[in-house]
Amino acid sequence: MSDFSSALSKALYLLISGDAALMEIIALSLQVSLSAIALATLIGLPLGSVLAVARFPGRGGVITLVNALMGLPPVVVGLIVYMLLSNAGPFGVLNLLYTPTAMLIAQTILVTPIIAALARQACEDLLEEYDEQLRSLGAGTGQIIATLLWDGRTRLLTAILAGFGRAIAEVGAVMIVGGNINHVTRTMTTAIALETSKGNLALALALGVILLALAFAVNAAVMGLSGTAERAAHA
Amino acid sequence: MFLSRTFTRGCLMLAALVLSLTLASPRQAAAKPFIILQSSTSTVNSGLYNFLLPRFTSKTGIEVRVVSAGTGQAINNAKNGDGDVLLVHARSAEEKFVAQGYGVKRFDVMYNDFIIVGPADDPAEISGLEDASAAFKIIAAAKAPFASRGDISGTHKKEMKLWKASQVDPVTASGTWYRETGSGMGATLNVAVGLRAYTLTDRGTWISFKNRGDFKIHVQGGTALLNQYGIILVNPEKHPNVKAREGQAFIDWILSAQGQAAIAAYKLGGQQLFFPNAGTLSSLPLTGRD
Amino acid sequence: MPDGSRRPEPDLLEVRGVTFKAGGRMLVDHIDLALRPGIVTVILGPNGAGKSLLLRLMHGLLTPASGEILMPGAGATARTRRGQAMVFQAPVLLRRSAKANIAYALKLRGVSRAERNARAITALEQAGLAHLADSPARRLSGGEQQRLALARALALEPKILFLDEPTASLDPASARAIEGVIGDTHARGVKVVLVTHDVGQAKRLAGEVVFLNRGKVTEISPAKSFFKRPESVPARQFLAGEIVE
Repeated sequence: MSDFSSALSKALYLLISGDAALMEIIALSLQVSLSAIALATLIGLPLGSVLAVARFPGRGGVITLVNALMGLPPVVVGLIVYMLLSNAGPFGVLNLLYTPTAMLIAQTILVTPIIAALARQACEDLLEEYDEQLRSLGAGTGQIIATLLWDGRTRLLTAILAGFGRAIAEVGAVMIVGGNINHVTRTMTTAIALETSKGNLALALALGVILLALAFAVNAAVMGLSGTAERAAHA
Repeated sequence: MFLSRTFTRGCLMLAALVLSLTLASPRQAAAKPFIILQSSTSTVNSGLYNFLLPRFTSKTGIEVRVVSAGTGQAINNAKNGDGDVLLVHARSAEEKFVAQGYGVKRFDVMYNDFIIVGPADDPAEISGLEDASAAFKIIAAAKAPFASRGDISGTHKKEMKLWKASQVDPVTASGTWYRETGSGMGATLNVAVGLRAYTLTDRGTWISFKNRGDFKIHVQGGTALLNQYGIILVNPEKHPNVKAREGQAFIDWILSAQGQAAIAAYKLGGQQLFFPNAGTLSSLPLTGRD
Repeated sequence: MPDGSRRPEPDLLEVRGVTFKAGGRMLVDHIDLALRPGIVTVILGPNGAGKSLLLRLMHGLLTPASGEILMPGAGATARTRRGQAMVFQAPVLLRRSAKANIAYALKLRGVSRAERNARAITALEQAGLAHLADSPARRLSGGEQQRLALARALALEPKILFLDEPTASLDPASARAIEGVIGDTHARGVKVVLVTHDVGQAKRLAGEVVFLNRGKVTEISPAKSFFKRPESVPARQFLAGEIVE
């Protein structure tokens, strides 16, 4: 139990003292995961909404595949991206291995299926309600998709936040493609793994507490912003 | 395509965010010359690099980015050309790496030693022994829990060698008293403490390890327990992207009197963790037995 | 907008031998029907007669298995919905303000931004919803929601307005308000086609009655004669409150 209380006080101390190394790690974690989420949103929302609306042969198979990819183990994603970006791999010339960009790529791959699958479900539920009415008003497929994305914004936001949670919390992929290099690719989660392997359990737990607080802050900020936007939309 | 204005604006903002964030990183990376050092976890966990690297960087302006992996993974990464310099502790694997043309030349850098640690009550009663193989034999006979790295790292290779000398094949007992963690040294130590199992660890990791519980060193000092670290420049003829000049500069420095003195000066809790022995191979009868 | 003159005009829409099947069952069975201007057409019949399906086929939401639906000036199937609007039994409103719901529909019809706003406000005023213009549509009461759905349909200035049991889930006061708007709409020269199984409502609104049973039209009569002397057996049974065979 002493580990827990000392972890909490350590977390507080690190935060209040504005520990430079910690701030650097927090900034990198946020930078990588937020960019990955932004990219995954740009890919996942259109993909999910098209899957919800379009009818084509093999649609069921694609949906099952996207749903299954939600369970992609981060380590496997890390391994695949490593093999692609390795100097022995096809994209070695880009020199991206062990950079934040490599971590961004891995997390985007990890998170896009989550956003796409949840968006597909949200849009399909909404489509069931809207379909006849929208077609009655004369909406085409593109217009229907845009309407579903806008009217489903609350659930889509939840999908995006679910993706963010996955990205900021995963360690397997960033460890392999980032290499946990101090000052370059060390994130909250790889730092936690490192401190755990040094037996620094209290510090590792303190970092975990901070990670949780960070995720909470991002969620609260997004929900706050969307609430404000919602009120403004109806003003 | 019909898009609500707000929706379009949101997409554009997201795109701008992504661009600004992703473009920021390569620029920052290109600012300073750097090399990638593929290293065994034991050296990283010991904190040695935090002490050593700033000295090298302030002298040469070259940043050293350390990727920490088990020796097996580090060698494999280096074989793929994903690194400029390799610093590990598995002599035969290192020599094979050079012989196959992946590395230019291997140099001894430093050594420390392996120890067998275990719970204070010492259920197999091995405390005080110097002969690790004899201790292993007793552990196996007592079926006392033993945690193995199981990850073909330098430490794991050393452990397998010691088992061989003890004429016990622990892998047949895997899952019973013999537990293979498949993880790094620190993670394996955590498991050992949790399972109250003996384990083989390098002294550097042990000294810097915080979650010891009541664990103690039971076996140390035997000649078979020496742990030699070597450094190799990844062969630029095999992988043209290797920064041979900068990598060689790092190797030259760590083998120089200044680098060697820095290694000797690194202490944790008053204890020296690594003993420099560059270029003194012949004078050390205990090295090279890995 | 038509001026509602009494001279004979061409049919607004013609249904020719239309059938619709689902699961191997014939749900709409070779229906022929012409929608004449200047009269409220009520499609009456028991539950499951195929009334709503017929409405959706005419509106273009469903594609007939055979037969064709013709609008003058339009191809056999192309864009039959142009010039039409439909209100459903359960109003489907978008997650936006009342005004934005109407503006949305106008946008789909290519109305310019400035005009959308003005027309949306006019439509809300006509529906008596002007004070709720900026309220989230889905927080309005059931009756207000249906009036908004009706206002949205009318803002499109349709030649034909299809109504599928628009008051079935409303309280009497709301139903009366809706019927009032339907009457005004008819008076302005819009062709109203109403599906209902409520005989009272049919009596109040119908100019002519199309009686549907088991996917077939059993009779098409002027409202007066229909309610006095229905010609078909199912219609007689229905009006007498009996179980229709």
